[in-house]
Amino acid sequence: MNQPVLALNNIRKSFGGVVAIEDFSLTVHPGEIVALVGDNGAGKSTLIKIISGVHAPTSGSIVIEGESVAMSSATKAREHGIEVVYQDLALADQQSVYMNLFLGRELTRGPFGQLDRNTMVAETQRLVDELDVRIPSPHAAIRDLSGGQRQGIAIARATRWAKKLILLDEPTAALGVAETARVENIVASLKARNIGVLIISHSLDQVFRLSDRICVLRRGKQIGIRKTAETDKNEIVSMITGLEAA
Amino acid sequence: MATPDTASAAPSLLDRLTGANLQQYVVYVGFIAIFIFFAVVLRDSGFLTQRNLVNIILQTAPVTIMAIGLVFALSAGEIDLSIGSTVAVSALCAAMAMAAMPQVALPVGIAAGLGAGLAVGFVNGALVAWLRLPSFLVTLATMGLIAGVARSLTQLRSIPVTDPMFTGIFGSGAVFGIPSLVIWTIAAIAIGHFAFRQTRFGAHVLATGDNARAAMVTGIKVPRIRLAVFLISGAMAGLAGLLYSGRLQAAKYTLGETDLMTVIAAVIVGGTLLNGGKGSIIGALVGSLMMGMLNNGLILMGLSVSDQMIVRGLIILVAVAVSLRETAR
Repeated sequence: MNQPVLALNNIRKSFGGVVAIEDFSLTVHPGEIVALVGDNGAGKSTLIKIISGVHAPTSGSIVIEGESVAMSSATKAREHGIEVVYQDLALADQQSVYMNLFLGRELTRGPFGQLDRNTMVAETQRLVDELDVRIPSPHAAIRDLSGGQRQGIAIARATRWAKKLILLDEPTAALGVAETARVENIVASLKARNIGVLIISHSLDQVFRLSDRICVLRRGKQIGIRKTAETDKNEIVSMITGLEAA
Repeated sequence: MATPDTASAAPSLLDRLTGANLQQYVVYVGFIAIFIFFAVVLRDSGFLTQRNLVNIILQTAPVTIMAIGLVFALSAGEIDLSIGSTVAVSALCAAMAMAAMPQVALPVGIAAGLGAGLAVGFVNGALVAWLRLPSFLVTLATMGLIAGVARSLTQLRSIPVTDPMFTGIFGSGAVFGIPSLVIWTIAAIAIGHFAFRQTRFGAHVLATGDNARAAMVTGIKVPRIRLAVFLISGAMAGLAGLLYSGRLQAAKYTLGETDLMTVIAAVIVGGTLLNGGKGSIIGALVGSLMMGMLNNGLILMGLSVSDQMIVRGLIILVAVAVSLRETAR
């Protein structure tokens, strides 16, 4: 494939004397889904925070489409076309679906900067149709939606704004079986949009269903990267736990 | 076309409709019910005369103006308890500035009154936005502090406001027969409603009150929004102070003293949530007019002051309980 949307080179992060991430390197290409797996405390969250601009790495470089970037804040990361779907979804419950899709980036028109609700509603409808997120209406309040619908909206928002990369942090942790399947379909459909996806998940079944490559992290160390088609669960489990597979 | 996800455990359509309607329209239903009640009971006491009805609007103007500011504060997830005492301090600052510079009374009066309100709003907002102190405690403290300042400014004396331009614009004047207080009310409601409902700023206020973390990660400058709502709240209290001193042609530390409860009740009854994320300027207007009508009607019914307070308290309790029913579940 062509040049990666995201390249992390020798990323190292320490908090005081504690090393959270040591020497981590990873590339994500357009239209590729890369899974990041590892036990609790392996450093996945820290890594997500580094890529989304919450933490600056202690050393190492972040390269986006060939351009080395210094990301000082989440705003900067967004400017570079990176969107994060947080585990808590970061949706405003009382507000409508369409206002959430455009939260912080509302469209306006006219000399007094009126909200352009018609365009926002139309675009929301188009996007949820494309992604097959089934909601009653773009006008529905988030709090009236189910968990799967909310997750769908959070992903739809990231899709609307991401130009290069979407980070998904445990997208189905709180969902039932049917809803998980729906969300996985949406994630799989992102490949067609030529966006890179980095997904964190505890479910190995899910990782094997969705990803092209799997990157394993253990206690801040990068254990290895495998092509999903060329590995199996036993190998990944032994990489995560550090125990040789029987 | 997307079809509704019927498998989800969302509340039924009927549930949603009745729930939302009740909460959204309770203020209008209540308003009409109280209006009809007084119209029937007080038909011989002059409740329905044009003069009395206009009087209700005139007396309600300062409360309505303060209510606009409180809608912004509550919607952003904050509360401003200091508005009542800010009214007094603004009115006194305006009156004292005008007495000191009678040649340029109008501009210095406006500047001093609004400036005092904005200054209080800035202090409240800065403490809440940057030090992250809870607004309930910050404004509870400034409420007392400013009430003290208002008393000490004039050693409890009342200061006359005599400039005819000022009292005309903020009190007894009229344009094409429309009293200036009515014009102020309409203008403030129109601008407030537009800013709240139609601009990005309004959307950011609601998002901040709804989920501050979500607002922050989507790039909304949350501290700036918090500061802004306190500046609006302070400015509205300042304007209310100007309206009081213009209408009464005097400023005293007691102005606005008892308005806080009325303003909060008007805003909550009008469909604004106490913990942020949802508000209505038009609802606050109707809520405020409802409180004014209640005052007026109870006086016309000949209730003693103590009975009025009890009845008003009970009615506010019922109204607030009904309007919060939906959100409490």
